[in-house]
Amino acid sequence: MSELLRRYGFGLSSIFILLTAFWLLLLVVLPDLYLFDNSFRPFLPALDVGGPKDRYNIANYAAFFQTPIHLQVFGLTVLFASIVTAVCFVLSYPIAYYLAKVADPRNVATLFLLLLIPLWVSEILRCFALFIMLSFKGPLNMSLIGLGIIHEPIRWIVAYNSVIIGLVYVYILFMLFPIYNAIQSLDTNQIEAARDLGSPWWRTHWRVIMPHSKPGIASGCVMVFMLSAGSLFVPSLLGSTTSRWFTEIIQQWMFESFDWNTGAAYAFLLLLLCTIFVSLMMRVFRVSLADIAK
Amino acid sequence: MSSQKLSAWFLYIYLLAFLFMMLAPLFVMGGAALNDSRFPSVYPWKGFTTQWFIDLWNDPRMWVAGRNTVLVALAVIALALPIGTAGAILINSLSGTSRAIVYGFMVAPILTPGAVIGISTLLFWRTFSVPAGLHLSVMGQVSFIAAYVMLLVLARLQSFDPGLEEAALDLGASHGQVLRRVLLPHLYPALGAGAIIGFFQSVENFNVTLFTRGGSDTLTVYVGSMVRTGAPPTINALALILILSTVFATIVYEVLRRRALAREVAAEALLK
Repeated sequence: MSELLRRYGFGLSSIFILLTAFWLLLLVVLPDLYLFDNSFRPFLPALDVGGPKDRYNIANYAAFFQTPIHLQVFGLTVLFASIVTAVCFVLSYPIAYYLAKVADPRNVATLFLLLLIPLWVSEILRCFALFIMLSFKGPLNMSLIGLGIIHEPIRWIVAYNSVIIGLVYVYILFMLFPIYNAIQSLDTNQIEAARDLGSPWWRTHWRVIMPHSKPGIASGCVMVFMLSAGSLFVPSLLGSTTSRWFTEIIQQWMFESFDWNTGAAYAFLLLLLCTIFVSLMMRVFRVSLADIAK
Repeated sequence: MSSQKLSAWFLYIYLLAFLFMMLAPLFVMGGAALNDSRFPSVYPWKGFTTQWFIDLWNDPRMWVAGRNTVLVALAVIALALPIGTAGAILINSLSGTSRAIVYGFMVAPILTPGAVIGISTLLFWRTFSVPAGLHLSVMGQVSFIAAYVMLLVLARLQSFDPGLEEAALDLGASHGQVLRRVLLPHLYPALGAGAIIGFFQSVENFNVTLFTRGGSDTLTVYVGSMVRTGAPPTINALALILILSTVFATIVYEVLRRRALAREVAAEALLK
């Protein structure tokens, strides 16, 4: 701290500290504390706010635990977000490995450019694109019929199928890039050494490449899980009549019942879920927060 | 063929399939913008039309949403760049536990679902009777975009030689001059990347904006609501325009990045 003062003087140092304080207090910490505070207050008409009825209680959380359908949707959201995370890892790991260690470095830049384009097109548009693809008489079914692979169009948008496909499609690149970065930093000699010493390919991956890329895998898993569990648009566009996502219930409390206090309680549960997932990943992969944030 | 070559070949085929899966839906969505069909698809193809672009041009709601998007993105960049930079300089001067704690608070917004950021921002400012609106969207978006800027600047600070600042101070530079003439020029690449990433993140943002926007539209929210209520092909026209601008921006960004990289390599070679 004294270092900061010596380098930039009192005036500039105060500006740095004020800007950071504005950010961390007014935009991050206090809003979350108010979310927490509001989640323990009853939903009242404006006149009663601050009155005798405005007492702290746990009714909003009780509403969650006493509504079986909400508990079920929460459980299914956790389950399917975990499945999406696992599928993203399995699908993107070979690509990350190929780009980092196998492909000709001259081609990698072009391949990267092709992968960056979908990343930079908004998730709303990518989801819409997939929605067109998956429609009953859409391009995917027609191509499959044209190729003679299937004879009847497949109904893709049933149960949670299309939500899972959509979440994987929209968020897989958030898994691919961190793993690519991690594998790329591994010395290729280590892979060759393992190979020369007779290690089969799967053991080289299991014992050499994957342990090295743990920070990237942890980072990708955290991002994909958080984005999937917190996704609003994908489940609402690609959802079928029988699929419900936890964020849809939060939206109902906020925009249909206008009960912002119960909404706050549900949002806090979502935040808690993501926090638990981050600490779980940090423990399982033995990485620090700084590794994940890279 | 050796097993290594065989597996490389398999991986290559898989990569091509992967790229096809990633890009094909975008082509279909863009192509549907030119199809003379009320339903947004390329199949069946009913002939070429530019009708959807004309309809889009005549949609006043789209223009308002577009203007809002640009204003919000500019406001977010104007706030996130100084905040993120200040945060990075500050954290660089901390060490030990205090550094870990402050760092944790700084990166937390990146790992927080957008819905939570949106709702907490809405509730916090309501306490001070600030109504929902795009100004709150800016606040919510800055909370995590500043974190991206902080990470970029912090990474760039690792390659900064603090001796340069010492030298400038010894030679009589004021603190302001040290910041403006020594530190900031070194940070420009990170700030440029931060501005571009911040712009894209802000334009694309749906979750935070949805809860904080009040009654106003941004382009992404406009697209989202149009798609959910029947998806007229004008949205495909807009999508095609956005994709083409994204492709253009990606290529420009990549060319600039490579040029900067080549310049750095050349400079290092000169020093040797």
